[in-house]
Amino acid sequence: MMNQRNILAAAFLTIVAVFLVFSALFMHPFGEPTSQAMDQYIIDNTVEETGANNGVTSVVFDYRGFDTLGEATVLFTAVASVVMLFRRLKK
Amino acid sequence: MKGMSSIVKTIANISFPIITIYGLYIIAHGHLTPGGGFQGGAIVASGLALLAVAHGTSWVESKVKEHDLSMLESLGALGFIGLAFLGLIMGGAFFSNFLADTSMLFGAIPVDGAANINTGGTLPLMNFAVGLKVIAGLFAIVLVMAIATNKEED
Amino acid sequence: MIANIPYLAVAGLIIIGLYTLLFKKNLIKMVIGITILESGVNLFLITLGYRMGSVAPIFTGNADNPVMSYPVPQALTLTSIVIGVAVLALMLTLVIHIYRHHGSLHVSKLGGDDQ
Repeated sequence: MMNQRNILAAAFLTIVAVFLVFSALFMHPFGEPTSQAMDQYIIDNTVEETGANNGVTSVVFDYRGFDTLGEATVLFTAVASVVMLFRRLKK
Repeated sequence: MKGMSSIVKTIANISFPIITIYGLYIIAHGHLTPGGGFQGGAIVASGLALLAVAHGTSWVESKVKEHDLSMLESLGALGFIGLAFLGLIMGGAFFSNFLADTSMLFGAIPVDGAANINTGGTLPLMNFAVGLKVIAGLFAIVLVMAIATNKEED
Repeated sequence: MIANIPYLAVAGLIIIGLYTLLFKKNLIKMVIGITILESGVNLFLITLGYRMGSVAPIFTGNADNPVMSYPVPQALTLTSIVIGVAVLALMLTLVIHIYRHHGSLHVSKLGGDDQ
């Protein structure tokens, strides 16, 4: 139980846990984000420019459509890999 | 995996159209209410997985070939990229919304800030393409894993 | 300190995920630990875009202007959740193949030589 690997793992976990808890306590207060210019522009101009009522969908498909293209590529790669790994060779 | 008893099969047969219509509603109204392509696609894929669990893998394997699922998924991906390139040709920028505020297919103008189902621009078309891709992809994953773990019990 | 409870919940989820990944020897438990770690990161992305007393960023036809939360972090979290599903599918496929080849899910029974 107390061999070298477990001591090393416990030390690493303690360091990461202390770092996470301290940075959670010293972050900016919950509910007051710091930078507002980009999101305020999107909230003000969505209905005229895209004609949609859903702010999140207009960001996903219109203002930041390139990220959705990357996500569709990742999904396609994962499905192709899974189907390929289970293929039986037909004699 | 074998199928379940006939009570479970009957209830799954009743619930499957209701779940599919609910998922397609969330895909189609993605630009008006919370939702969109990915969320509605996950709902329809879980309805299909319910059908696969209730009736057994052999029954589903005889109805759906995984070759058709790959074709549907590729169709969805090609539709998505085709709409992006059409935005480059007709609008000037990649992914530009070339149908909004014009008089073409989905291009009505929202009245007083309230949009209806006709006003999205390219957004509803992209929702349909991504929804089709997610449905076919997630159901292909579930089907392939179920068939692969089924063959060990022979 | 009470005002920062969402950030403490994020720290708790990441610590639980890392503990499961470091100290458990079963392959399925390690996969579950990676999933809990991804849930913690997604929660952190969502809580960055909240304003006090705001509603969801859905526009209605009414003329009142409520305070709305930011839509960009929610869009990025959507992408992250889908990528998490794809990675989980690939991990479970590899676990199935390992079980077929070696006959056991315990980490110490895989692998060739131990010194």
